[in-house]
Amino acid sequence: MSSSRDIRRRIRSIGSTAQITKAMQMVAASKMRKSQEAALAGRPFVRLIYRFQREATSGTREFNHPLVEVRPVRKRAVILVAADKGLCGALNSNLFRMVAQFDPASTVFITAGRKAAQFVAATRRQLIAEFAYGDSPTYPEARAIAAFARGLFLKKEVDEVRVLATRFVNTLTQHPVSLEYLPVGEIKGAEIPGAEREMDLAVSKETLFEPNAEAFLSYLLSHYLNIYIYQVLLNAKASEQSARMVSMKNATDNAENLIDDLTLEYNKLRQAGITKELLEIAGGQAS
Amino acid sequence: MKTLRLQIVTPEGVAYSDDVELVGLRSVEGRIGILPHHTRLMTQMLPGEMLVRKNGRDEFLAVGEGLVDVTGEQVSIATDMAVAAESIDEAKAEEARRRAEARLSDKISDEELASVNASLARSLAQLHVKRRRRH
Repeated sequence: MSSSRDIRRRIRSIGSTAQITKAMQMVAASKMRKSQEAALAGRPFVRLIYRFQREATSGTREFNHPLVEVRPVRKRAVILVAADKGLCGALNSNLFRMVAQFDPASTVFITAGRKAAQFVAATRRQLIAEFAYGDSPTYPEARAIAAFARGLFLKKEVDEVRVLATRFVNTLTQHPVSLEYLPVGEIKGAEIPGAEREMDLAVSKETLFEPNAEAFLSYLLSHYLNIYIYQVLLNAKASEQSARMVSMKNATDNAENLIDDLTLEYNKLRQAGITKELLEIAGGQAS
Repeated sequence: MKTLRLQIVTPEGVAYSDDVELVGLRSVEGRIGILPHHTRLMTQMLPGEMLVRKNGRDEFLAVGEGLVDVTGEQVSIATDMAVAAESIDEAKAEEARRRAEARLSDKISDEELASVNASLARSLAQLHVKRRRRH
């Protein structure tokens, strides 16, 4: 049995750990709120992009664009979006488990977030580009990633681009998902993750397109691909922060339980010491 | 007087939403002015300045590239940047322009070139709108 001084020391050290985890929990909670707000603020933009898409594809025009073209897949690129830091429970490892389904020889990786790059390097997979995104992802950050992936696909260095990221469901649940990014395939059905399309509204027939519908569509396509990555980044960030908040809350709770147990033990020990002393005094008087 | 509902949205949120009388912007086909009852039009907008006339007064905004949807009573614009002239910080815009130019003179890859060019166009648009307001 440890001495009462040891126990006191342990209580103090666990107490300061709990203080740190508590602080991290608070920080993660406020950052999570921020990224959720950012995702909500982007909604009108996404809605408008959908409206353009609906209008521009309403006529049964043929639309041939290199980004839409489906090719047999010989080489693929994976955009792996993970957290910058750890201490967020199983979030990163759940995501990395999904990477195993891709053949390392024919897959190249584009990473966002430090943990993703570290994982790809540690498992000796092919890393071709490493991007960073901040605590509140910005649109230019997303655009850089989208532009890079687009370039690879257009130069035919890869025949398919997938996105591996975490989708935010709610504070307690985040799912790793594997999404098709390029080729876009049927442009009519293209969707942005985390933002479902509304039911199709009436489409006017006499819309004038400048310079023409095809040019407009291909321009729309690039915007669509940018906002796609932006939404993925926001989702990943919100997931990371909420996972961190939950795991830090668990850590704080555990620390408090430990402190309770140790305090009880300490008090028992102290009481035992007092009883022993009293007995000694009584014994001394009796003799 | 009949008005148009102008709405400018960026990925960060709704940047402008108001009833206006005239919207002037640069499209791929040249400068266009949009009045109420305009025909249904969808076009591509180029970065630069945008004119908005509200209650007979002209306002200027610096905008990035984007997509424009025009109906008889509404103009919706999806763009990556929209800043009103009065909220442009000239020093900041000038610094952004210098940074973009410095980056351009370095050796960079094609992907980066595109993104730097875009950010240069955006800061130039801001500077242009700001300086014009002073004269």
